[in-house]
Amino acid sequence: MISGHLPALQVVLPLMAAPLCLLLRHSTATWGLALATTWGSLAIAITLLLQVLSTGPVSYEMGGWAAPWGIEYRVDMVGAFVLVIVAALGSLVMPFARLSVAREVAADRVYLFYTMYLLCLTGLLGMAITGDVFNLFVFLEISSLSSYVLIGFGGDRRALTAAFRYLVMGTIGATFYIIGVGMMYMMTGTLNMADLATLLPAVAGTRTIQAALAFLTVGLSLKLALFPLHLWLPNAYTHAPSAVTAFLAGTATKVAVYALIRIYFTIFGGVDVFETFFIREVLMGLALVAMFAASAVAVFQTNIKRMLAYSSIAQIGYMVLGIGFATVTGLTGGIVHLFNHALMKGVLFMAMGCVFWKLGSVHIRDLAGLGRRMPVTMAAFLVGGLSLIGVPLTVGFISKWMLIQAALEKGWWPIAVLVLISSLLAVIYIWRVVEVAYFRPVAAEPGAESASKIAEAPLSMLLPMWVLAGACLYFGIDATRTLEVAAAAAMLLGTTP
Amino acid sequence: MEFPGLFNYWIAVVLMMTGFYIVIAQGNLIKKVVGLNIFQVSVFVFYISMSKIKGGTAPILDEGIEIYTNPLPHVLILTAIVVGVATTALALALVVRIRDAYGTIEEDEIGKLEQEEET
Repeated sequence: MISGHLPALQVVLPLMAAPLCLLLRHSTATWGLALATTWGSLAIAITLLLQVLSTGPVSYEMGGWAAPWGIEYRVDMVGAFVLVIVAALGSLVMPFARLSVAREVAADRVYLFYTMYLLCLTGLLGMAITGDVFNLFVFLEISSLSSYVLIGFGGDRRALTAAFRYLVMGTIGATFYIIGVGMMYMMTGTLNMADLATLLPAVAGTRTIQAALAFLTVGLSLKLALFPLHLWLPNAYTHAPSAVTAFLAGTATKVAVYALIRIYFTIFGGVDVFETFFIREVLMGLALVAMFAASAVAVFQTNIKRMLAYSSIAQIGYMVLGIGFATVTGLTGGIVHLFNHALMKGVLFMAMGCVFWKLGSVHIRDLAGLGRRMPVTMAAFLVGGLSLIGVPLTVGFISKWMLIQAALEKGWWPIAVLVLISSLLAVIYIWRVVEVAYFRPVAAEPGAESASKIAEAPLSMLLPMWVLAGACLYFGIDATRTLEVAAAAAMLLGTTP
Repeated sequence: MEFPGLFNYWIAVVLMMTGFYIVIAQGNLIKKVVGLNIFQVSVFVFYISMSKIKGGTAPILDEGIEIYTNPLPHVLILTAIVVGVATTALALALVVRIRDAYGTIEEDEIGKLEQEEET
């Protein structure tokens, strides 16, 4: 039966399609194949989520080798949710990508772009589905290596240095991660996550395991761009092609956050890492600094893509803050923000992709009067921006509401206040763009077409953007579904209520 | 505690710190790649030596073989080596492209060129 092999197909499908793209070479043909593959992955991911919702976790033994020895693919509520996020973003960016990529990537390299895109998707999906810590490393490297290449596709030469810097920091992060895995293997003799969870409590007090936890935390924090380790992110997001930024901003850091959640709540589930190892103080402290410092830097950016990149670092702070609470409400907030942030950053970066497609620039001075020239695009930007701020009726409100509730539950009201104040910083940087786009006259360029003329991006770019923007509003008004899944995921991770 | 008891781990730690230092301190991109390689290799050494048992042989099912080395970490490192090769290849390819685009592979000179571009 094919349905029994869905967990394997989830990863194998894009993995097999990638080399096919390489053989096809024809730009449109590869795009079609990649499009079909990503939507196929999304169908599998949704089927898996429904399966998990109705019958509980799905376990799959790769190659028929039993669990602690063979590689186990395990889809539970958290994993299935992340799979859907990644696959959904991956498939929505594809229709957007065709024209955007054609504009920003040299024509003879387009097929390579889609090959790398599919490989990156493979890695990210694999990280979310695997139940084996070393397998997670392999997928982490697949996704990282392909994302270095994707960033290097950027038209600007600075994309190359951004990709190189990301490569160096990403490799250090991944290497830290395997050091941690090695130390855990040394003490327990297993790599299976579920098996590790049962064996770790007995040896949790040893120096080796403490060092392992530190290495794992630092390694993954590099990948998810937690505050002092975020240096690779702004340049990488700014200079990568628009479609890549929209895809990576919504998925790459999110999957790393997911891996961190896995480490703390599944692998170290039997150990109270938050109380004994000062993880809480470190995580929450850095998360709060990220929320303020990155938002403050974002306010002063003139390149909108870079501004949004800094805002991403701040938003990652919210997710890590949710993890730091280590309560069901806090973790629900963190997980739901994972989903919500993927939606809004997808919208915002796609909007910038449309602007770049039309203007060839995303500098704030070129955006003057754009609200009249590209009303559809800028309206989507506005929806995304409002979500980023956390205005009610948008998704951003839901996640911030959960985080504030989690803070009040614990009686840590200063944190609730800080969450609110940091949202005000988002108001400032979003307002700057809104002001320029809606309240400034169109810059009168000599030789440019009539200033008030509507000049929108093509429908194939607007449509996926508005699907995401619609989701931003829909899940902001009726969040029962997302919150249910996130809460079930948080409960599953065995945090104390 | 006998002195060379943890000798292999000392080697791994020294190599790791050497590599890490080169990555941070060197401005030349090629040297950074070299440092990154040393850094990764130290982890390979760590894994490989971790599973070695004194007097242990290869894990072959045969008479007279009772103490054997755990082969799993070795296999894992085989995978990690492949990843390391891919990373190095990609890094070097990027350096080539950077040299084409900037005419230099010194980090500070690239930084200067980028700063000029921003303003």
